[in-house]
Order: sequence, then structure tokens, then C-alpha cells
Amino acid sequence: MVKGNRIERKFDELRARGEAALIPFIVAGDPDLESTKRLVVELEANGADLIELGVPFSDPMADGPANQRALARGLAAGASLPAILELVRELRRVSEIPIILFGYYNPFYRYGCQRLCQDSARAGVDGILVVDLPPEESAELDEPARHFGLDVIRLLAPTTPLKRCQEIARAASGFLYYVSVTGVTGTREVLPTDLKPRVEEVRKITPLPVGVGFGISTPEQAAEVASFADAVVVGSAFSLILENFGRAPDGIGKVVELASQMKRAMVSARCALQTSALNEKQ
Amino acid sequence: MQRAPDSQGHFGVYGGRYVAETLMPALLELEQAYREARRDPAFKAQLNAYAREFVGRPTPLYFAENLSARLGGAKIYLKREDLCHTGAHKVNNTLGQALLALRMNKSRITAETGAGQHGVATATMAARFGRECEIFMGALDVQRQALNVFRMKLLGAKVTPVDSGSKSLKDALNEALRDWIANVRTTYYLIGTAAGPHPYPVIVRDFQSVIGRETRRQILAREGRLPDVLVACVNGGSNAIGLFYPFIKDRNVRLVGVEAAGLGLASGKHSASLTAGQIGVLHGNRTYLLQDEMGQIRETHSIAAGLDYPGVGPEHSYLKDIGRATYTTVTDEQALEALELLARTEGIIPALESAHALAYTISIAPTMDRSRIIVVNLSGRGDKDMETVARERGVSLR
Repeated sequence: MVKGNRIERKFDELRARGEAALIPFIVAGDPDLESTKRLVVELEANGADLIELGVPFSDPMADGPANQRALARGLAAGASLPAILELVRELRRVSEIPIILFGYYNPFYRYGCQRLCQDSARAGVDGILVVDLPPEESAELDEPARHFGLDVIRLLAPTTPLKRCQEIARAASGFLYYVSVTGVTGTREVLPTDLKPRVEEVRKITPLPVGVGFGISTPEQAAEVASFADAVVVGSAFSLILENFGRAPDGIGKVVELASQMKRAMVSARCALQTSALNEKQ
Repeated sequence: MQRAPDSQGHFGVYGGRYVAETLMPALLELEQAYREARRDPAFKAQLNAYAREFVGRPTPLYFAENLSARLGGAKIYLKREDLCHTGAHKVNNTLGQALLALRMNKSRITAETGAGQHGVATATMAARFGRECEIFMGALDVQRQALNVFRMKLLGAKVTPVDSGSKSLKDALNEALRDWIANVRTTYYLIGTAAGPHPYPVIVRDFQSVIGRETRRQILAREGRLPDVLVACVNGGSNAIGLFYPFIKDRNVRLVGVEAAGLGLASGKHSASLTAGQIGVLHGNRTYLLQDEMGQIRETHSIAAGLDYPGVGPEHSYLKDIGRATYTTVTDEQALEALELLARTEGIIPALESAHALAYTISIAPTMDRSRIIVVNLSGRGDKDMETVARERGVSLR
């Protein structure tokens, strides 16, 4: 089997079905590594298409309070990179869901980019997203990632000029992650009004799928974004559930339930879109 | 020596721009604005005028005659940054960056602060230039530094306590960056030390270099030659790089940075990232950091509240690696003793931060010939530290 292609295959498969991907972001080790393992398996069975696995860091400067606390819980639970890679290895015995490590650069850098990519690929990781590693500084990660067949997922922000979006897209692989809001992660009551045109603009300049994340926390918001994006990333909403119910017997069930509602809403939104497009043709 | 930094802000392997994509365009905009400002004679004239009239520059280069005689070795000169408006060198940087913020039409200025000195210096400029100001400060520091919190509020700034992480300086910096990510279009983020993503280490160095430029002129006028050793305390390292930078090409001038050894390096309770740290990436730049083997940032300790950051400006990391500057450490107790000695011999109470530089100077001066010259950056005044010193010496002020 060719490594590192799970992301591409998943998006191909979804495109054929006319679906947008639901990508839950969950912090590894929140509330403990065993729960994370169960959570990934159950999310996969209930609508999640890819998983972003948050790698805890002591100083998460692009995260809002909900994910800050989730990362602190993960850190306290001992979710170090070696432990997370072991978790992925165990998951690969039972799951083929594409997994992206999502974190800040220092823990990755300390582990060593070469070693990180080699060990990640062996464990069954498919991509790496580093919040504070812009393309300008990314060569030392890009090279081993390419060698070991890992995608380095790039971020685009509302402040990124179109020309820079093009440059970033040209060197990207896997999918592009469009940050929906000018701000840190966390739930938002309303999403920016220009989100749709911005995402459409970005989709025109790249053949890669474009995912949208930051601020999306309800099935309604997920459905809205799924109508114009290839993927929807949801993080803080899950972190908040885990904060309140992570230790409760049905805590994982509550996360899975929200994910499943989101995915259903996303599928309906796409169906409605196709129906109205058909009606317009007739 | 290669040109440092390169066009992407790298000092050797250090520095760079490790930030969330949302901030990248803002950093490119800042770089452009700064490049234009630097070339603009009007900006320079404005900076110099305020430095003279508002900050009180040039500051004296004072011959510490009694201290020198007492130690019986090298002549010790003190660069009196403690005489700057607001009581420390911090204001050199906040003045320059505030003028840059005006040029860039930013309506709001934010900053992080640890002990509160940089917060006060930022709030001062925001008040002077009529800008909205918000200062992020670790919740623990807000408690510990009540007086500076009051000063900032008196100057019209909003002080926001930061409850995350270790509730101190590094967390205040995280929160200031988060705020900047959310308000990047209207806000000028005024970092307090020669660290952070490019171009901040260059901007801060340049604005602080007035210290070294004046020192050079003053020592030449007074002694007719350059000093043998320059000594400054280093945490983020802005006062040190400000003193060192204009002397970097003068190979015969030794540059010594003094880090805080706190309760001793072996205790783990210190903030000596160059001496005891490893290379990593934090707050936008690659540099020496105090971190564990998994790359998580460690908490720090120093008796000097302004030496409480787990990293250091990238240019210091570079100067260390190429051997142009050397870095050493001084404990809490040594710094306290240096503060007391200067107070009694010269009638000057230094900040505990600056007392670290003094303590090292006191240890080397007696071993040097009387013809030798040491310049110490007396980066701040000690008024803010009186409660700490009293507590350490078992004196009740109530």
C-alpha cells in the first residue's frame, strides 16, 4: 500500500459522493490517551472523515480558552509526541481514517523533523499541520515530510492576500486549511459574512480541497460552510464537551453525537444544493 | 561575520518568523513600514527630538569612582539608563515603536509586560500620543506588581490579567499575540524586548542602540579610547543588545551578558536560557529556550521580575554561537549584594535586573588592571524593587 495517500483517497471518495468532509480536531490525551483512542474509532463510525489530532504544547498562542484548556489537559495526561505516535500505531490496527497531527512547532522541532516524519509515517500518520510554521520557515519539515509521504497542511487566513494564497497553494499538498476568522480558535456565534466569497476565491486558485476551520461549533454552521467548502474543521466545540463530560460515562458519546449531527446537516445541505441546482436546470 | 539578520530575519540559524499565518501579512507590513521610516530623515528627527525632550537623552556615562576604588581594579563606568523617563531603558524602544505605530495609522497599541516596566513605558507613550492602550500581564504579576498596575491605569491604559499557563510574562506574551491575531488590522503590537518574530528583534535593537552609540561617544570623549569590557544583564536582552550592537565590530571590546541564575543553576530555578537552555522555537523566533526534553516550555525564576522569561532574543543566541559575546550568570543573592554595594558606595540604587550586570562587574574588576575600563549598563532604577529587597533582608515596611 502506498503511504500518505489516505487524505487524497478520502477526498476523492467524498467528491464522488458529493460530500464535504467533517474533520474533528481533538486534543490527544483529553482527558486521557485511552479515551482519545476510543473517540477516534467512534467518530470514524459516526460521520468523521479525517481526524486532526492536537499535540499538546505549553504555550498555544493561536488558541482560544477552550482549546488552551484542552491542550493543558492533554499535557497533564502525558500526551507527548512518542505517546501520541504510539496511539496512532494502535489506532491503525482498527482504523484507516486519515490522521493529521496538529500542533505548534517547538515539540516537533525538539523531536527532530527528520525523526518526526519517519516515525509519523511508520505509525500511520498522514499529515502534519504546524500552526506557527509559515511556508517561509517550513523547508526543514517539508523535505522529510515529502520523503516519507506526509502532507504538510498549509493555513490561509482572512488577512492573507490572494497573491500569497496562490504562492502557498502552489507548494501545498493534502488540502488547504482556510482560517475562517481573524482571531484565535474558539466558538463564534456568527461566522464572517465574507467567508463564502473568500473560500470560493481560494477554491478557484487551487486544485486541492479547501477546508474551513476556527469558530464552527453548531450543525447549522457546519452545514452552511459545507455548502461552499470541501471540508469543515470543528475543534473547540468538542473540547468544551470533553471539558464538561470527558470523565463522565457518556462523555465520548456526547462528542460523537454532535459530530454525527454535524455530518448529517452537512450532507443535507449538499443535497439541498444539488436539488436546487437541478431545479434551476429544468 | 555574515550579515545578520538575513532578509528573512535570520541571525545564523536563529530568529525568523514563526507565527500563525494570520500575522504573516502584518509582519511583512511592519517590516516595510519600518524600512521606510528608517530611511526618512523626518522620522529620525522626530525620534531624536522626543528622545531629548521627553525621555531625557542623552543619559550620563557616569564614572563610579568610589566603587572602582573600593574594588581596586578596573575603572567602572555606569551607563545611566535608570535616569530615563519611567526609570529604565524600556522607554527607548516604546518611543520608537509608538512613533512607528503613528506612522502606520494604528489606533490601538498593545503590549505584554512582566514586572510592569515595559507596560508602564508603553502606556506612557500611548498617553503622550493619544492612542488606545491595552497591556497584557500575567495574573500572578498583577498581584505581585500592584504599583505598576496602578501606574499603567493612571496613564489611561487598560490592564488585562492573563490567567492561563504560569500566569506570568510568557503567558502575557501569548495573550498579546492572541489579541494581535484577532485585532491585527487596527492594532500595533509593541513587543518589549529584542525577541519575537522578525522584524521585531531588529526594530528593538535599533531603537535601543542609542545606548551603545552614546556610550561610544561619551567614553571616547572622556577616556580617548574604547572600553575593554561591556557588561549588561540579559533575559530577552534588549538593554544588552542596545549597548553591544554599536561595538560589535570592535573586536577588542569584550561583550558580556549576564543571565539570572536565580537560586543557582543546579536548582532549576533560574532564567538562564543561553547558559542552560536548548535551541527551540517560541513566540515567533528560534532561539535558546528553557524547555523540557519534549519541547514544553519551563517556568523560570529570578529575584528580578524583569528577568523572568524562558527565552532570549535571537541575536544573543547568534552572538553566543559565533563567540562574539559571552554569557555568564549571577544568582539572586549576588545581585542583592551588588545592589547594596552600589547604593552605599555611589548613592545609586539600581534595579535588581541591572544589579546582575553589576554583580559580575564586581567579580571581575578587582582582577583587572587599573588602566582597564568596564562599562556597565545600569538599565533601570531600583525603586520598584524596594519591597522585594526588604522582604529578602527580613525588613518589614509596614
